[in-house]
Amino acid sequence: MSAIYILWLRELKRYVRSKAQIIASLGQPVMYLLALGFGLGPVFQKAGNGSYLQFVAPGVISMTILFSSVFSGIAMLWDRQFGFLKETLVAPVPRIEIMLGRTLGGATVAVIQGCLILVVCLIAGFRPAHLSSLPLAFLFMALIALVFAALGTAFGSIIQDMQGFQLIMNFMVMPIFFLSGALFPLTNLPKVLAVITRLDPLTYGVDALRGALIGASHFSLLWNLSLLSVIAVAFLSLGAYFFSRIQL
Amino acid sequence: MIRVQNLVKKFGEFNAVKDISFEVQKGEIFAFLGPNGAGKTTTIKMLTTLLTPTSGKIELDGLDPTHHRNEARQRFGIVFQDPSLDGEQTAYENMELHAVLYKVPRKLRAERIQRLLSLFELWDRKDDLVKTYSGGMKRRLEIARGFLHTPKILFLDEPTLGLDPQTRNQLWTHVKHLNETEQVTVFLTTHYMDEADRVAQRIAIIDHGGIVAQGTPQELKQQTNSDSLEQAFLALTGSTIRDEAATSTDQMRQVAKMWGNRR
Ligand SMILES: Nc1ncnc2c1ncn2[C@@H]1O[C@H](COP(=O)(O)OP(=O)(O)OP(=O)(O)O)[C@@H](O)[C@H]1O
Ligand SMILES: [Mg+2]
Repeated sequence: MSAIYILWLRELKRYVRSKAQIIASLGQPVMYLLALGFGLGPVFQKAGNGSYLQFVAPGVISMTILFSSVFSGIAMLWDRQFGFLKETLVAPVPRIEIMLGRTLGGATVAVIQGCLILVVCLIAGFRPAHLSSLPLAFLFMALIALVFAALGTAFGSIIQDMQGFQLIMNFMVMPIFFLSGALFPLTNLPKVLAVITRLDPLTYGVDALRGALIGASHFSLLWNLSLLSVIAVAFLSLGAYFFSRIQL
Repeated sequence: MIRVQNLVKKFGEFNAVKDISFEVQKGEIFAFLGPNGAGKTTTIKMLTTLLTPTSGKIELDGLDPTHHRNEARQRFGIVFQDPSLDGEQTAYENMELHAVLYKVPRKLRAERIQRLLSLFELWDRKDDLVKTYSGGMKRRLEIARGFLHTPKILFLDEPTLGLDPQTRNQLWTHVKHLNETEQVTVFLTTHYMDEADRVAQRIAIIDHGGIVAQGTPQELKQQTNSDSLEQAFLALTGSTIRDEAATSTDQMRQVAKMWGNRR
């Protein structure tokens, strides 16, 4: 247990200490929020869909959590390169504990990033439907973070170089984001897109968060909750499996 | 304490460790010597669960580390040849993390960390991030960290690499002390033959992945008619230099790793 805690704490310390990185990693979501929220707002409204800022804010929060959590897993590449990974892999601690500590740390950092973006959204004019649903929103933010931190750990255990990192970012993370319904509603989609969006785990995260924050979701809350929990368990197992097989 | 039989490790086509066998008794200080690229680190990685052998048998304290990884890890400590510190944390935090991972009782932690950091003259800099340390200071921290807990088997892979004479002395004194008072079995590699001659009770010499000689320092000297271990080493492994070839391929491997190109 203490091994999980100390590795979780390490992730948090690294986060708090890298002020430049905090700001840099918030830049992209803020850009999406402002450019899309205000840029596409009028078109969206004319189409009779209401405020785009209201609609897209949960999507941008989910995006922040997605990038931050996957990235924290893939950052294992640096620990591999600088050698610290070895130190944890020979320790007399089951590798699952090492993996959980790192993953939970990455997930926690991602939730903090998500909360910062939520604050930015509030400043930009976003208004949650009910304040009472905020705890539910946190729950879903935590679930999204867990799902993708675990996925990041799985990727981080496999890739050995910068090329692998680029591949994952461009061919996994970006599609997960763009095909999730973070930026567009899930209704009236072309058949193919409708199928693809339903295969994307983030779709259910975004939808759940939208349900919690603005009271409008495509799927039921219970469905989202159970599906995300199942995916979280599956990805955690996957991450633990690949992590336990790392060779240096 | 350590028993290795017909151990083989291949990286793709390349045979890094070729069918080696040796034994290390409990409480023994055993030196594993060989030119650059001989396969020393690869062997240590297999003994310490970081690499799976291609074939062969390993026993650590009666346990097979490829199958009982957790139990095996509870029995050894290791100082790596390559850096393994967390540069984004302070020296103290690195020590603390290690102490937690190795289950050093909470009551002993602070006292031991202070004693070891002082011994290796890092106490004044304990709150600085490790990435701001000099190469030698990082090395000293790795060693201090390695002594935080007392394992049954201690692996030291070129521990004195880049250290000043004072620290080297400190290190070997400490190793001998642990060996005498706690019966710690020590498995070490070094390129300083005088060190090996001074501390090791038995030596194996490995070259091109195979063991070419084994015995006490005395036996190796007699076997080759040499006065010093250095001469004996050169007689057994030849005097062609592997240094540059090894370092340049190593560098290429490093660059290849950074810029893609899965091996
Ligand atoms: N991951 C790897 N992939 C491919 N080849 C490797 C790998 N690790 C080591 N080798 C090769 O295996 C051989 C043995 O390497 P090893 O690191 O065990 O040498 P060593 O005896 O520790 O040498 P040194 O004294 O330079 O530390 C070298 O030729 C090295 O290039
Ligand atoms: Mg080596």
